[in-house]
Amino acid sequence: MLTVSVYRYHPELDAKPYMQDFQVDTEGKDLMVLDVLNLLKIRDRGLTYRRSCSEGVCGSDGMNINGTNGLACITPLSSCVKNNKLTLRPLPALPVIRDLVIDMDQFYKQYEKVKPFLLNDTPAPAIERLQSPEDREKLDGLYECILCACCSTACPSFWWNPDKFIGPAGLLQAYRFLADSRDTGTDQRLADLDDPFSVFRCHGIMNCVTVCPKGLNPTKAIGHIRNMLLTRAT
Amino acid sequence: MVTTVTSFGRSGLSDWLVQRVSALILAVYSVFMVVYLLVNPQLDFAQWHALFSMTSMRIFSLMALLSLGAHCWIGLWSISTDYLKPFTLRFVFQMVVGLLMFIYTVWGVQLLWGL
Repeated sequence: MLTVSVYRYHPELDAKPYMQDFQVDTEGKDLMVLDVLNLLKIRDRGLTYRRSCSEGVCGSDGMNINGTNGLACITPLSSCVKNNKLTLRPLPALPVIRDLVIDMDQFYKQYEKVKPFLLNDTPAPAIERLQSPEDREKLDGLYECILCACCSTACPSFWWNPDKFIGPAGLLQAYRFLADSRDTGTDQRLADLDDPFSVFRCHGIMNCVTVCPKGLNPTKAIGHIRNMLLTRAT
Repeated sequence: MVTTVTSFGRSGLSDWLVQRVSALILAVYSVFMVVYLLVNPQLDFAQWHALFSMTSMRIFSLMALLSLGAHCWIGLWSISTDYLKPFTLRFVFQMVVGLLMFIYTVWGVQLLWGL
């Protein structure tokens, strides 16, 4: 039997959050964490968590699994369970709405700040803006982000200043558009990032790289942004 | 863009660059001092005085002293904006640190040139 300890908080009923233990029979199978939650949901219909695609594409079920942020749907028990115990908490730093569901407003506000869309002030061509295969390749490792928030909520700089530091997810997207050959807003994008918080609050501890379920490297992207700022200003 | 008026150079890039360059200067100065003390175990006052009378050593020491002041200010400012959330506490801390850095720098210059 697997002991599953789940963070519970119903703001209208509970004075404060608490951990609830469940015993789950996995029948010896190496289930995904989301499968375990689905088994618990049959027993306790009130248990609340986000989930959608169940295959690591939508980014809905980001949570803290035995102390490490990850997607419940692609995290097998064999990779996270220690001493037959599984502890599930909501992603840290953001306010809890209920049980494992967090309010991601602050995360999306930071994402909005980097203008995550192409800026181009040249006349639009008849069909589409073309890009060479080499230029397109520069976006690999950047465009794949699914905004699950595992990285930003694992970052202490984001914990202390979620309103000022853009966070690894937002900065990965900032570089995704800085690196895009079709974007002409580079100068304005860089000018908007040159303050002591937006980019420079990153101290390169690489928690974001460790937890990213898509294997992306926000620290490297942040390094590229710093280099672009430095090149532009010297 | 986040506005700050108490950071060292107002710009994130400038603070970041000053932090790295000052760290490099402090590292070189520290290694030099440790090596100098190791290769001169019988160091006496006359030799120490002669070392600090050299113009190159005074330039090097002053550079290290100013680097220390700037490095500390940027680092402690950063810490205060991470951990001190009440405005008054953060502002007072930043003013005290700024004042201390100024006092230590002037005191250091006095020691260095008065030796």
